[in-house]
Amino acid sequence: MGNVIGIGAAPKRKEDQRFLTGRGNYVSDIKRPGMAAGVFVRSPHGHAILRDIDKSAALGAPGIVAVLTGDDVAADGLGSLPCGWGITDAKGVPMKEPPFPMLAQGKVRFVGDMVAFVVAETVEQANSAAELLAIDYEVLPSVVGVLDAVHPGAPQLFDDVPNNVCCDWELGDKGAVETAFRKAAHVAKLSLVNNRLIGNPMEPRAAIAEYEPGTDRYTLWSTSQFPHVVRFLMGALVLKIPQHKLRVVAPDVGGGFGVKQFHYGEEAVITWAARRVMRPIKWVASRSEGYVSDRHGRDHVTEAELALDETGKFLAFRVKTLANMGGYLSTFGPNIPTNLYGPLLSGVYTMPAIYCNVKVVFTNTVPVDAYRGAGRPEATFVLERIVDVAAAEMGIDRVEIRRRNMIPKEAYPYQTPVLVQYDSGDPMGCLDGALVAADVKNFGARKAASQRKGKFRGLGYSTYVEACGLAPSRFAGRLGARGGLYESATVRVHPTGQVTVMIGTHNHGQGHETTFAQIVSDKLGVPFENVDIVFGDTDRVQFGMGTYGSRSLVVGGAALSKAADKVIVKGKKIAAHLLEAAEVDIQFEAGKFSVAGTDRTKTFEEIAGAAYVPHDYPLEVLEPGLEEQAYYDPVNFTYPGGCHIAEVEVDPETGTVTLVNYTAVDDVGTVINPMIVEGQLHGGIVQGVGQALYENAVYDDGSGQLLSGSLMDYCMPRADHLPMMKVATHSTLCTHTPMGVKGCGEVGTIGSPAAVINAVVDALSHLGVTHVDMPATPNRIWRLLQNASLPVAAE
Amino acid sequence: MQISFTLNGRPTTVEVEPATLVAELLREQLNLTGTHIGCDTSQCGACVVHLNGLPVKSCTLLAPALDGATLLTIEGLQGAPGSNRLHPMQEAFRENHGLQCGFCTPGMVMTAVALAKDKPSLTEAEVRHGLEGNICRCTGYQNIVLSVISGAAAMHAAAKGE
Repeated sequence: MGNVIGIGAAPKRKEDQRFLTGRGNYVSDIKRPGMAAGVFVRSPHGHAILRDIDKSAALGAPGIVAVLTGDDVAADGLGSLPCGWGITDAKGVPMKEPPFPMLAQGKVRFVGDMVAFVVAETVEQANSAAELLAIDYEVLPSVVGVLDAVHPGAPQLFDDVPNNVCCDWELGDKGAVETAFRKAAHVAKLSLVNNRLIGNPMEPRAAIAEYEPGTDRYTLWSTSQFPHVVRFLMGALVLKIPQHKLRVVAPDVGGGFGVKQFHYGEEAVITWAARRVMRPIKWVASRSEGYVSDRHGRDHVTEAELALDETGKFLAFRVKTLANMGGYLSTFGPNIPTNLYGPLLSGVYTMPAIYCNVKVVFTNTVPVDAYRGAGRPEATFVLERIVDVAAAEMGIDRVEIRRRNMIPKEAYPYQTPVLVQYDSGDPMGCLDGALVAADVKNFGARKAASQRKGKFRGLGYSTYVEACGLAPSRFAGRLGARGGLYESATVRVHPTGQVTVMIGTHNHGQGHETTFAQIVSDKLGVPFENVDIVFGDTDRVQFGMGTYGSRSLVVGGAALSKAADKVIVKGKKIAAHLLEAAEVDIQFEAGKFSVAGTDRTKTFEEIAGAAYVPHDYPLEVLEPGLEEQAYYDPVNFTYPGGCHIAEVEVDPETGTVTLVNYTAVDDVGTVINPMIVEGQLHGGIVQGVGQALYENAVYDDGSGQLLSGSLMDYCMPRADHLPMMKVATHSTLCTHTPMGVKGCGEVGTIGSPAAVINAVVDALSHLGVTHVDMPATPNRIWRLLQNASLPVAAE
Repeated sequence: MQISFTLNGRPTTVEVEPATLVAELLREQLNLTGTHIGCDTSQCGACVVHLNGLPVKSCTLLAPALDGATLLTIEGLQGAPGSNRLHPMQEAFRENHGLQCGFCTPGMVMTAVALAKDKPSLTEAEVRHGLEGNICRCTGYQNIVLSVISGAAAMHAAAKGE
């Protein structure tokens, strides 16, 4: 018999055996009897009128099964792909929400927009048939950048969306901010670009759909982070399939990072097509296809101004952002640069007034939606960059200006001027810890050593907070969410005392099978090995919102904790009967029910057995069985944060930036499994480092072609780009989650871009450089050095 | 055409279309789905297998090249023949939390085993350089590097019968 492995321990992961031996079960690994192959035909143009698609030659191709287009979708009266958030402008006018057909109708609006689905016996035959489609496009000029898109005379994506503006959103007290700026001793200004990113989970998206005529049921296997939400959005709103007739399965999924948390047109098309052809159909995206169809992230152009008094205290912050939405509204699209951005602009600072205006803009690019961090890295980048700019302009040390403005630990709970109330935190403690861990006091010596080699060394700080654990439904509803954001869990205790948990979050790398088993082992006192976690199947799991926004442990773990508590409550009732004691006298500890003050006990297994073999059981007051379910809706977001310190070396000869040291001290609340938390921090940090130094999605203006459309053109961080990072936690406990957890999936990605760019700017500050846009590629740095007014050689 | 080769220690004969890639042959015809396809430009390394003892990206190799060769895939890597025991490199990945979503893992492990073959003590720099052709999006590579260093030592210790 195994051991209880509880909260704070670091058992090795339950999921590893299958992944290490090649026995994972990803969508592309699945085969169904009689399965056909589907390929999507995508627009090669950024913007064009779709005049006609002549299918006749394709329909005569060898092995062809079907060719479906937007006309077929329209003829079947199917719905548009829904947007899950409806935001409004300052006057309460709803955003412009043009339809997003699952196959293009009348017009295409980005390279990659789907125009047809070709089904054949094999992938090769489907690809060959697709080439026989005669598609008549009338090509229009494309607009890909937000500044161009809102310019008068720009190409218009939709007839009823003037100037391509979906919504002109604002938050905060504009008047108070203007008053504060008039009184300011100093105003720092910064214009910046938050570069467009492509998530690139290593598993490309894929789907298989099957229709069973005998039961009138559909099954969709999809690389999804939230199968229940796909079932609802696709079933109820797009295909009009009753929920009980639709099963969505997301088995092992090879990374998500947000890219797989949307309802994609491919899912709807393949499910609809499977019924039309009465055969299972499989589609697996190539990586290149993913580049032009996986939802992209970030892509902001921002003007920010920070007002300070003569001592460097922040008085007010004003931010104007143009946010790229791409060609259509994706599932969470308009929520990301607004509700997940503006409310984070106070950071870890006492900021008396904030005003934020975001113009959400359509362009001829892939729709933009949540990507790890989603809005919060963008907010952190603006704030942490302008704090450095202000410090430099006012001659105040960068750490000192942060200290002067930080919310002291005693001031929590802290109400910001932008909706959110931080429940707990200790930013100063994280900063102090990071300064020591990063050995900042000896940075001067390291910088001098770099100088002797002709290199420029810089140090960058990012002290930040994020809002995660999405989300309190009431709060989200007020901001425009069209659904709830709670989570559910069922704890099923078997007659032998082993436990199966059904939970609505989805595990695609986060280690939930291990972490959640630790919670159950801890609470119920059952051996860790006796707990299995089931997720990702709408037929097996009651309901759920899936995994995104660092919510799985915070919201799903809370539901699981509640359900386990209910098991204990019921177990006590059974024990009271069996032990002939009053229920209030029953204690549960370390897997044993006992009568207080006596040696009379029943083990957890004995209670489980009695629940299912009710020979001597209080049937008059209790049902047989031991299985409990809980739904949990959080009362607030959680607010993890911390301090990241990056140290870089710049080679002025080549412009190459090397990240030489990286230190993070983060407050993620209670840590269930420190090994897994550390892994999440590593991965998150490197995704932020990728944005800062390597990654950039680039479109050609005019044609709307994606220039960075493969792993050859889009630079992903690799093993030899990185140093060994130092990560540690400095936790305060969340005051409103059952276990004090705050979530840790996104903190790394939120804190790191600003730390890295602040380090790059620091390294080049002696040359008069005050800002560097991301990514800080050798090309960009080299050009900057060529244009710098001072000599390039180190002094 | 018909090809014969040794696959994970067993003689194998299959009928293939000459244009079939080894990665496709393994996944589609032989149902060995541990070899993954993560890209279409031979950049990601999720499909790495060992051909005659050398690591190759099976997405760039045509099936006819296997004729007469010896091929090892992730499914053939194990601690002891016929057992459920992990190979020392697999065990090192598990011990060091060198994997998250698991998709890049088979390619990473196969590359790591090849990297460690003649080198019991690998430096961090050697490992980072040696993993240049394998992309992981989850781990930030730190624990993969630690896994490979300790896995290399364990492989050689096991070979010496320690």
